[in-house]
Amino acid sequence: MILVDFIVSRFNYWIYIILMMMGLFAMIAKKNLIKKLIGMSIFQTAIILFFVSIGVKEGSTIPILAHEAAHDPAHQQAAPLTEKGEGHIQNGKGRDALRAEDYANPLPHVLMLTAIVVGVATLGVGLAVVQKLHQEFGSIEEPEILAKIDSDDG
Amino acid sequence: MRALGTIAVILTGALLLYASGDFPAWGEPYSPANDSRVSRHYILKSFEETSVPNMVTAVLADYRSYDTLFETVVIFTAGIAIISILRGPVDKRVRLRRASEKSLRQSNLILAQTCRLLVPVIQMFALYVIAHGHHSPGGGFQGGVIFGASLILVALSFQLQTALDRISEKRAMILAGIGVLIYSGIGLTCVLLGSNFLDYSVLSKVLPLSAIEARSYGILGVETGVAFTVTAIMFAIYANLSSHGRMKGGL
Amino acid sequence: MVDQYPAIVLLAPFFAAIAVSLLGNWKSGFCLPLTVLSLVISLMSSIALLGQVAESGEVVYLLGGWPRPYGIEFRVDPLNGLLLVVICTIALLSSIYSIRAAAVETPDKCPQFYTLYLLLVTGLLGMSMTGDAFNLYVLVEVASLTSYALIAMRSKRAVLASFNYIIMGTIGASFYLLGVGYLYMKTGSLNMVDIREVLLESGLYTSETILVAFMMIMVGVWIKMAFFPLHGWLPNAYSYAPSTASCVLAPLVTKVTVYVMIRMMFTVFGPEYVFVYLGWSDVVVWMAIVAILAGSILALAQTDLKKMLSYLIVAEVGYMVGGVWLANETALVGAIYHVISDAFMTLCLFLAAGAIITKTGKYCIKDMEGLFRKMPWTMVGFVIAALSMIGIPPTCGFFSKWYLINGGIEAGNWGYVAALLISSLINAILFFRVIEVAYFKKESTDSDKEETVSGSSGVGEPPLTMLGPLLVTAVCLLLIGIFNQEIVILIRQAVSSFGPLGFIG
Repeated sequence: MILVDFIVSRFNYWIYIILMMMGLFAMIAKKNLIKKLIGMSIFQTAIILFFVSIGVKEGSTIPILAHEAAHDPAHQQAAPLTEKGEGHIQNGKGRDALRAEDYANPLPHVLMLTAIVVGVATLGVGLAVVQKLHQEFGSIEEPEILAKIDSDDG
Repeated sequence: MRALGTIAVILTGALLLYASGDFPAWGEPYSPANDSRVSRHYILKSFEETSVPNMVTAVLADYRSYDTLFETVVIFTAGIAIISILRGPVDKRVRLRRASEKSLRQSNLILAQTCRLLVPVIQMFALYVIAHGHHSPGGGFQGGVIFGASLILVALSFQLQTALDRISEKRAMILAGIGVLIYSGIGLTCVLLGSNFLDYSVLSKVLPLSAIEARSYGILGVETGVAFTVTAIMFAIYANLSSHGRMKGGL
Repeated sequence: MVDQYPAIVLLAPFFAAIAVSLLGNWKSGFCLPLTVLSLVISLMSSIALLGQVAESGEVVYLLGGWPRPYGIEFRVDPLNGLLLVVICTIALLSSIYSIRAAAVETPDKCPQFYTLYLLLVTGLLGMSMTGDAFNLYVLVEVASLTSYALIAMRSKRAVLASFNYIIMGTIGASFYLLGVGYLYMKTGSLNMVDIREVLLESGLYTSETILVAFMMIMVGVWIKMAFFPLHGWLPNAYSYAPSTASCVLAPLVTKVTVYVMIRMMFTVFGPEYVFVYLGWSDVVVWMAIVAILAGSILALAQTDLKKMLSYLIVAEVGYMVGGVWLANETALVGAIYHVISDAFMTLCLFLAAGAIITKTGKYCIKDMEGLFRKMPWTMVGFVIAALSMIGIPPTCGFFSKWYLINGGIEAGNWGYVAALLISSLINAILFFRVIEVAYFKKESTDSDKEETVSGSSGVGEPPLTMLGPLLVTAVCLLLIGIFNQEIVILIRQAVSSFGPLGFIG
């Protein structure tokens, strides 16, 4: 059981490393430009998986305030913000009190929204560049393009 | 290249595995990141400070709205970059005649009619997602992508020209620029009203709202701007990539 | 007004970019005046900001009014204050230069070109101002995406160079992002100052995660700045790019990335961690020595003028990385000084090269016969930049190298000193080779060679819009050299604001 617990507590991090290394290998070693871009996409997605894994809290829900919680002015005052590290000790103000443990950490999600957008933008520009290369050289294989360039020079 | 790739992968992988032993356990509620001052503040105080129940929206469009502004700019840049890369130096684009009527007849009947039924629903849902980002998962990016998808669906099930008749590439780029302008314009208004860039609370000076409500409406405003840009650029990217930048033919 | 300077510096080119993209389609005549106007505004407010910083210390600008660490802030100290002025000046000079060149090299794409150009400048300004580690990533991507597009605007080889740049640039930026993620995992914060406080308070120096975070961030930044073994993308990308684009990319992108490295080492991790706890400075300085020598030797092997200059950038990056990692104040001052002077030297050389290439249509060094007679003023600018690269006294190159060499001696690292001297010698050979061809060689009355279409007989000085920026840059090189004391005082102020340095410990 200890082993299972250990694996569960590390699983996401291992998977992200494996995915990321697959992407990195494709980006460096593949000769086909589209395959390189696929590698790039996997590489960026792996990082998203890593970030989202940071923000998970066991037993928590999505970081959206429940309807009652948002509209009941009484208990908004229930949990005064405390400095780092103390909040989870004092929350005995009734079971409805707003507790940080109940909601997933919103910050990694916000960061990854940005990273997804950046990834899409880079991928789009990358595809446009590959299309342009295909128009110019009639190939998307790096060695063939390099050979064409050399023959143009000579 | 293969050897180089293998070496890079092994080195980086080993390094990352080495560090993963030091990580807090997955799902740990009191890990340094989850229990940090910043994260606790966002969870406990964001509703009080911005009156937005969706914390992700509050952080995205208010606490870190400067990030999100440049995220929108990244999308906008990608649109312009793709156009400038794919458009040849000498552009001999022929203006196609308005093809909608013809293409309607040409395309598959079932496909066309299904698309006709679906597109308005998709667009309505997109608007809902944009507007309801305060209370449920959603917001400008998500809604914008859905709206853009509806336009792409038109292009896919009819012809690219059919979609371009409804929203030309030039108009899409202007729309994208307007989206960024809405976002940064709201930010600039805050400066002109005497506060810092993107400090929406100062909008309460001109709107009949309290400072906290003004933040909520400011967020809605910038989300709308984001939605404009994302919709337009998604479509422009599709149109350019599917037609090799020639804006005709398509998939 | 006064407290809005940081916002104005960034927002002027940003709004101009949107305006150019909206109005440019309608009338492309708007593009250039808007660009120049916004850069002038940006330059003026960056100078005012620098004055403010020099007088009263760090300026903090809270975006959205949220205090640290909840929101994002601009944090301007003398170091990035200086950098902002440099970025604005260089962007302004090359935008004036672009009047003719953009029309020739990227016809029909005027609005797109200027939008991308202004967004690139915005990205670079934002990178140097921000006080938030994640925001830095977003702005790095803005700057990178625009550079990819600017490079790929010209056809053929530039496109392949741009593709390689996309792949390498994405690896670099993603490594940086991953490093930030590791930092966040352990510290729970993204604000640079806040991360350092948490690192100190919770005694995280021994953590493996922080170690890997540091390595990831460094490798990512090194890829982005083309530090020697990771430089592969740079030479092709910069030499095949349209000359207006390379005039702004080559001087700025690598230098701003060097700044990012300094910021990461001194503000986020802190010199105590980097130099005292890790103590890797010897290893990295040796890597820098290799980079300097390799860059210089590769430059020696080139026949294409722009490619030679591109390899020189690789060597110059070695100077700066070495100077920063020598871990003493003199060398750090030298490295920062060199960031500034190298930005102007590179600009001057690329402007001259661009002018020569547009006028003669020739890329090879051996084809530059008799240029001194045909375009004397252009060559004057070129020679001043060359003297500065070599390190001849009244120019700024001498002073920055002086500090770097003194720093090397102080650290007792003779290998670095020797590498600097050898590289200066190679620079001398390189540039005298060009000058010799251009000055002494008589133009072979080519009966055997075909007359090129552009007509080498009618070659004269480039138009004033090209010559002006070139000569202004050359004068800047002299001024930065002459006023070295003032600049060094500012840099020392910045260095001392990094807190008690753990140097020589």
